[in-house]
Formats: sequence, structure tokens, C-alpha cells
Amino acid sequence: MDQMSNVTHKYLRPKKSFPNVWCPGCGIGIAMGAMIRAIDGLGLDKNQVAVVSGIGCTARIPVYLDFNTLHTTHGRPLAFATGVKLANPKMKVIVVSGDGDLLAIGGNHFIHAARRNMDITCILVNNYIYGMTGGQYSPTTPFKKLSSTGPYGMIEQSFDPAELARTAGATFVARGTVFHASQLSRLMSQAINRHGFSFVEVISNCHTQYGRLNREGSAVKMIQWQKDHAVPVSVAAKKTPEELEDKFITGVLYEQEKPGYVEEYQKIIDRFSRESTESMVRVTES
Amino acid sequence: MSEVETQNKRKQLYKSNTPLLMQGNEACAWGALAAGCMFFGGYPITPSTEIAEMLARYLPQIGGHFIQMEDEIASIASVIGASVAGAKSMTATSGPGFSLMQENLGYAYMAEVPCVVVNVQRGGPSTGLPTKVAQGEMMQAKWGTHGDYFPIVLVPSSVKECFDLTIRAFNLSEKFRSPVVVLSDEVLGHMREIVSLPPQDELEIITCTRPNEPPEWYRHFEITPDYLSPMASFGEGYRFHLTGLTHDEYGFPTSKQKEIVDKLEKLRLKTARHIDEIADVRLDLMDDAHIMVLAYGSTARAARQAIRIARKKRFKVGMVQPLTIWPFPDDIVGRLLEKVDLVIVPELNQGQIIGEVKRLCQRHIKIVGLNRFDGELITPAQIVDKIKEERP
Ligand SMILES: Cc1ncc(C[n+]2csc(CCOP(=O)(O)OP(=O)(O)O)c2C)c(N)n1
Ligand code: SF4
Repeated sequence: MDQMSNVTHKYLRPKKSFPNVWCPGCGIGIAMGAMIRAIDGLGLDKNQVAVVSGIGCTARIPVYLDFNTLHTTHGRPLAFATGVKLANPKMKVIVVSGDGDLLAIGGNHFIHAARRNMDITCILVNNYIYGMTGGQYSPTTPFKKLSSTGPYGMIEQSFDPAELARTAGATFVARGTVFHASQLSRLMSQAINRHGFSFVEVISNCHTQYGRLNREGSAVKMIQWQKDHAVPVSVAAKKTPEELEDKFITGVLYEQEKPGYVEEYQKIIDRFSRESTESMVRVTES
Repeated sequence: MSEVETQNKRKQLYKSNTPLLMQGNEACAWGALAAGCMFFGGYPITPSTEIAEMLARYLPQIGGHFIQMEDEIASIASVIGASVAGAKSMTATSGPGFSLMQENLGYAYMAEVPCVVVNVQRGGPSTGLPTKVAQGEMMQAKWGTHGDYFPIVLVPSSVKECFDLTIRAFNLSEKFRSPVVVLSDEVLGHMREIVSLPPQDELEIITCTRPNEPPEWYRHFEITPDYLSPMASFGEGYRFHLTGLTHDEYGFPTSKQKEIVDKLEKLRLKTARHIDEIADVRLDLMDDAHIMVLAYGSTARAARQAIRIARKKRFKVGMVQPLTIWPFPDDIVGRLLEKVDLVIVPELNQGQIIGEVKRLCQRHIKIVGLNRFDGELITPAQIVDKIKEERP
């Protein structure tokens, strides 16, 4: 444990005053720790890592981290990150986002970044609710569950973020929980180490909003729920759909090689670096 | 592609001292390339699309990047991201797209990220008149995003000015670390004129001052005596934080009153203290004028002709054309207003910039608008008639 926190400290900003903004017991801190250990394990140069976020509790992660950090507008981190990546393709670009940020206001950017197979690692902290603004329902709030704007229960169907990522074109899709922190770190490491659009859904707890409204108890109880409901991919393969009904599957859910925007664009640039450039061809001389 | 290679490629592309027939939109794209633009993120919209098409073609040839994003919100976001990562960046759009960009433009003002946005204006509100000219976003460019901020906005009136002002937009955005908006319009964008571009090495190209202190001491938003902070980019070892939250000099969120005030004042003072450098007003026959026509953009073309016709009819009329519309050139226009007793402000809207003229005028003189918003240009004859009508 001691060793773990030493690693973490190496990546926290010396000037940024703690304590952080999160409620005690919030899973976001665990997700952040897992991400730090993943980056550390890969031995990445801090100067070559950019962490980009939108708005929300999850989106506060970057400010504490000693990387190139960009805290943007609500829902737009993937679009900002796309620019960062294209302007500096050598950089590892990681987006951290909440379920409202990524899938509601940012849903369009999410499917398009995945479709382009843009070279970005996208980490979703899914706590099934809008934490920061006080417990309004999000695109992942389960059917019937309570929220401050759904006081009679959720009547909308919800997204399965991992499934959405896969069908939109992501080439690596994984799911972990903040209970299984070491596994989470390994999944993040795999995701960061890849080219193309890699997606990790982190099941997390917002006991302050979701837990309170749905009487799901303390942070500890909610994290315990994750332990009880997570089924590893290998185990899930042997179960019937009925057995998996109220469970969720963890591990690497999907992996595929596909051309991505960054490398395909680079091929065009390389072609011009060999050939001579055209000269104002479309402009007619007079 | 290395920087040297990029420079060579740019030289190969660019053709100077040759008369070329080109559109305003093409001139914007050439201006961007000449200014060092290396990233364009955009979404197609008439009448701006040619700028995107040109840069889609040419940027990869010089090692830059183009991307067609999923909408204009994403376009401006990608442009800001690219700028933060060190590429001079731009987008181009028209009314509806400009509206979608407003929130993230505010982010760039707050986080002091240089970038250029060309808005080729068409009729509005809403979908309006997609293929017809208007000057409807004069005030939106000033007040479009929420909060208190001080934008720089340029307005060209010819194809050559589309080229010149796009370069100037990049230069000002670098120097002041701020978005700069170029308000072109449908007529300028699509009109063709013969221009001869100056040789590349004669162009003044500004790049933001880089920090020279070690990363530990670097403050991305340092409040300097001239309010201009040196700028590092992602990947250069400075590892700074950017946020749209009100922040201290390091970029970390703050709620300390002094730091809030210092930050917001900096946003104002960095342009206010350099207004002489930013202001750009073209005067025509104003020396002995009693009548002022204040016109900008494609309307200025008609005005220039109109004052000459009116002079032949013995009207002592001159013209004031702000090429930088925001910050409004208060001093210059204010001084000129003291010498005239009639002002005519032709605009392709129902009266936007005329409000600035009235604000500046201390005396009781007649200030009248000449407004057209049917998708057509104001003609020189209309302006001459207006002068006659007010001065029978
Ligand atoms: C354009 C815009 N609309 C609304 C908001 C208000 N807002 C801030 S955070 C947030 C929701 C955050 O929820 P989520 O993304 O799930 O993140 P969490 O706080 O749960 O980590 C909203 C709606 C905003 N900041 N900007
Ligand atoms: S409100 Fe919820 S998501 Fe936000 S810090 Fe508290 S527990 Fe975490």
C-alpha cells in the first residue's frame, strides 16, 4: 500500500493545494489512482502525456495531475483532445469523463471519436448520475432508479456505454470497477498502450447523490455492490443470460485492429514529403 | 514532417508577385497558410466551405492537419486543443455555426488560447438566407459568449484584405493570446478579384513569446507589466493546467477575490493597453469632410465609390472604414466625429454598428443608418441618395 501511494505522489502536482473536491469515499479518486499506476507502469514521459476532461466531478481529475492537463467545457473533452492529438501526434492523449459529460451532452463527440478510431484513450467514470450538479438523471441511470429530476423513477432506457463504444467503432473496449482497483489499472494500461480509440468504462459510486436518493447506503456498501455484481469475461462466457441478468461483465470486452485517423493522415503527409507540392493549382492566373 | 521541410513546402505552394484571380475565401485560406496555420477543424457551411476545402487540400502537403468534425462545437474545440498543443489553428464557418461555437470561444477567451475564427456572414437569424450576404453578427462577435470579455474582431472589404486580415488575425491572436474573429461575408467570400500576394519573407509573422524560465517557475498566465504572458505549449516540458474556471497565474482554479479580479482585468487590459496597435481604420477623403460615411466590410466598397460620386456633386463627404471593428476604435472615430455634422452608417442589418457611433458622439449631430437586409448589397447610388436626402 505504501508503495502504491509513493507512485501516486510522483504524479500529483506539488503546487496544487489539497484536499481535493471529491466527497470522502468517492470512487473517482480510486479511478485516478488506477490511471496513475497504469501510466507509471508504462513508463511514459510526463511531458508527453495530456489528460483532457470536460465538466463534472470526474472532470476534476486533471487539475491534480502533473501532466499536460486540459479541463474544458461540458461534454467536449473528446473534441478538444482530437485537436491536441492531431497537433502533436507523439503525445499520449487520455480523456477522463463522467456519464453525463461523455454520453449526454458529449454523446455525439463520443460516437464520432470512436468511429474515426481517433488515437485517444477514453476513460468513463460511470456513477449512473450527475454528481456535480446534485443527482439529476444521466443516460446511464438504470430504469426505475431515482434521481432529483426523475423523482418518480427513471422512465427512459439507458445506454450500455461499452456496447455503444464498440458499435460506434472503438477498437478496444474494457470495463472495470473501483472495487477491483488493480484490475482496473491493468485495463487502463492496456488501453493507454494501444493505438486507436480505446475505451474503459469504470463502474464507480456516487453515494452522495445516487446512493442517497436510491437508499443504496454508504460508499463502502456501494463498492461492495460492485464486487457482488461484477462477473469477469471468462466466467460470464459460461453463464446463461438469465444468470447474468442483474450483473455486469468486467475485463477486456472487445479488441480489434482497424486503421485510425492519425496513422491514415500521416500516410498522406508522408506521401507529400516525398512528392513535390502542387502550387496554387486551383487559382487561375490572369 | 520537420519544421524546415514544412517551410520549404510552404514556399513551394505559395506564389508571390503574380496576378492571381481568387475568391475571398481562397484568400483567407492562403492568408492562413502564409501565417503559419497548421491545423484546421471545421464543419461545412455555405458560404464558408471553400476555406475548409482549400485547407483540406493543402494542409497535409505542408505537414499540417485538417479534420472535418461532427459539428461546429467540436470544430472550435479541436482548434483550441490543437492550439494548446502548439499548432497555429483556425476554423471557418457562417452564422449558425458561429452560434454553436460561442461557448467554446468563451473558453478560449478565458484560457487565453490563440486561434482564428472566420465567419463568412450570411442572412439570419436561424437558417436565414444561406447564399445571400448580410452583416448580422457584428454584435454577436462582440457579445456572443457569456461573461465579460474583450474580443478582437477584424472586418475585410476586399479579396486582398481577406488575405491581409487573416494574417493579421493570426498575428494578433498570438500576440494577445486570444481568439481573433474575422467577419467576412458572402459577397467577399465568393467574389473573385485579381490580387498579387507579397513575397513570403516580406510578411510580418508574429508568434507568441515563449517562456525562458525553467518549468518550475513558469506561470502560464503570468501578469506582466504589459499584460501579455509568454506561452508554452503542451509537450514542451511545462506541464501546465488549463481550465475555463477562473484561475490564478499558474492556471489553477481560484475563488480568491483578488485573483478573480486580477484575471478578469487582465482580459480587458491586455487589449485596452495596446489599443493603438490593434486599431486599424482606413480614412478616405476625411480631411475636409463635413459628412462622414462610416462603413465596413462589403458595404465599404459601395461607400468608397459613393463618396467619390457625391464629391463630384460638391458634397464634402469622406469615409471611415474600421478594419478592426472590436475593440471599436473609439479614439479615432470620436475625434473625427467632432469635425462632421452628419454621419451615415450603411449596414447590411437593421442597425448594429450605428449604436457605437451614437455612443461616441458628444454633440447633437444627425447620425442616420442606411440599412438593407434583403440579401442584396447596398449600392453606391443608395448611399448618394441618402446623402442628398439628408442634405437637400
Ligand atoms: C453547457 C453546460 N451545461 C450544463 C452544465 C452543468 N453541469 C456541470 S457538471 C454536469 C453533469 C456532470 O455529470 P457527469 O458527467 O455524470 O459527471 P459526475 O459529476 O457524475 O462525475 C452538468 C449538467 C455545464 N457546466 N455546462
Ligand atoms: S457528488 Fe458523487 S461523484 Fe461527486 S464527488 Fe461526491 S460522491 Fe463523487
